Amino acid sequence: MIEMLSYNFMIRALIVGTLVSLCAALLGVILVLKRYSMIGDGLSHVGFGALAIAAAANIAPLYVAIPVVLLAAFCLLRLSENSKINGDAAIAVISSTAVATGVIVASVTGLNTDLNSYLFGSVLATSNGDAVMCVVLSIVVILLFLLFYNKIFAVTFDESFSKACGTRPSVYNIIIAVLTALTIVIGMRIMGTLLISALIIFPSLTAMRLCKSFKSVMITAGILSVICFLLGLTASYYLDIPTGPTVVVSNCIMLVIFWLVSKIKACR
Amino acid sequence: MPLISCSNLKMGYEGKIVISDLTFDINSGDYLCIVGENGSGKTTLMKGLLGLISPISGKIEYLEGLKQRYIGYLPQQTSIQKDFPCSVLEVVLSGTLNKKFLPIYSKEQKNLALENMEKVNILDLKKKSFQELSGGQKQRVLLARALCATGKLLILDEPITGLDPIASQDLYDLIGKLNKQGITIVMVSHDITTSVKHASHILHMSGDSYFYGTTHQYMHSEIGEKFMLRDCPCDKCSHSNKGDRL
Ligand SMILES: Nc1ncnc2c1ncn2[C@@H]1O[C@H](COP(=O)(O)OP(=O)(O)OP(=O)(O)O)[C@@H](O)[C@H]1O
Ligand SMILES: [Mg+2]
Repeated sequence: MIEMLSYNFMIRALIVGTLVSLCAALLGVILVLKRYSMIGDGLSHVGFGALAIAAAANIAPLYVAIPVVLLAAFCLLRLSENSKINGDAAIAVISSTAVATGVIVASVTGLNTDLNSYLFGSVLATSNGDAVMCVVLSIVVILLFLLFYNKIFAVTFDESFSKACGTRPSVYNIIIAVLTALTIVIGMRIMGTLLISALIIFPSLTAMRLCKSFKSVMITAGILSVICFLLGLTASYYLDIPTGPTVVVSNCIMLVIFWLVSKIKACR
Repeated sequence: MPLISCSNLKMGYEGKIVISDLTFDINSGDYLCIVGENGSGKTTLMKGLLGLISPISGKIEYLEGLKQRYIGYLPQQTSIQKDFPCSVLEVVLSGTLNKKFLPIYSKEQKNLALENMEKVNILDLKKKSFQELSGGQKQRVLLARALCATGKLLILDEPITGLDPIASQDLYDLIGKLNKQGITIVMVSHDITTSVKHASHILHMSGDSYFYGTTHQYMHSEIGEKFMLRDCPCDKCSHSNKGDRL
């Protein structure tokens, strides 16, 4: 552990990753319950396209990815709210187009080695500047989330009741979309664009196996997510395997354990 | 000035008109029961009053200051997800959010929630998972939530569905008590006998015609007599049907 932390890039990965895991878990509970899991996935693919274009244009990746992913989050949310359009299909169309564009841009400009790190993440990818920005953004996400926690619960639980009582669900849906977009952008360099959505979905599913109240699901998901990230990061360092996939696998093992425990509890 | 006034209201869904040309006022302190056949547009009207769907034409005007902060609502059907993890207390507390909104519920909000849970007899379910309750228990939880949100107006869409006889009687008593305290009640109900006993006004909706008036007027109207199966409970009534029914 001490040896692992003698590298600056590992410390950066540890700080950014822990914060991102926390953000992702909190938002993940909402996204899973709202049946918006696919939006997270779609956004990460859009993020990949944005990263490739930023690299080609030689701009700091975060500055391109943040506005592009935010914009995509608004569009995807609109699509899913509109019942006339098939939201699932629309997300698939947008995300595959973004990935295709990204790959073409990357291959034209000859960035094939970076491509791998974009897709599957790399602890080396975050610079000092990026890390500071990531920390600030994650703290913003967590604070906003805590500030609106009660309203977010009410709107997620029963949208028409909150609307009848004078809350405007669209405002909170936008807040959720913004927070999701930010979380995905911050997390995708470490986790990889293909795997970041796992960070959003796994902890909430795991927590929901055993927890019955909303608050306990939130707290458990947050804790599990951070634990899984730390386990994954450590394992990936010592076994010399990529971080993103290791974190996903540790989340998956956790889900299986929780699922088994819930089955055993049900049998008793 | 009425609390809510609807004029020439026309409502419906994509090309299908459900309510047309409906005009009535709800005054502060009224106890209005809305009755009528299935599919006559009662729920649609409730959603209109709450601003969940907007009228095709016509107007719904609210008294200045009613705002949505003072309305409690019990829906007929909810869109709540089957697997949503939440405790009964969390659900009831969410009803207090229109009063005050802070990151953490205040003492007042918690007390309000507990008070209303006591009123509908679910205090012992406080920590239970909402999804693991029976249908009638869930209905009571949503009722407690509606009570928390109520300030001036309580809108109930078939509140006694799923409640056992004792709970329904308790509910009618509770609603009557709230009404005496000055809260305006709008209730959709199929229980016509009990409705005419408690309500001050009746709105009867049927496919093409509406009746709106006081309960006494309703009981002696043609439409009312028919709907109550000629069973007028009124004993002051001079032209009671009781005699010539058999
Ligand atoms: N979301 C919807 N989309 C399209 N049509 C609808 C929708 N909801 C209701 N309707 C139609 O509007 C009409 C009125 O429905 P509404 O739910 O208002 O009836 P109701 O009077 O509340 O009936 P019930 O006594 O069964 O509750 C019905 O014919 C129904 O088919
Ligand atoms: Mg109805």
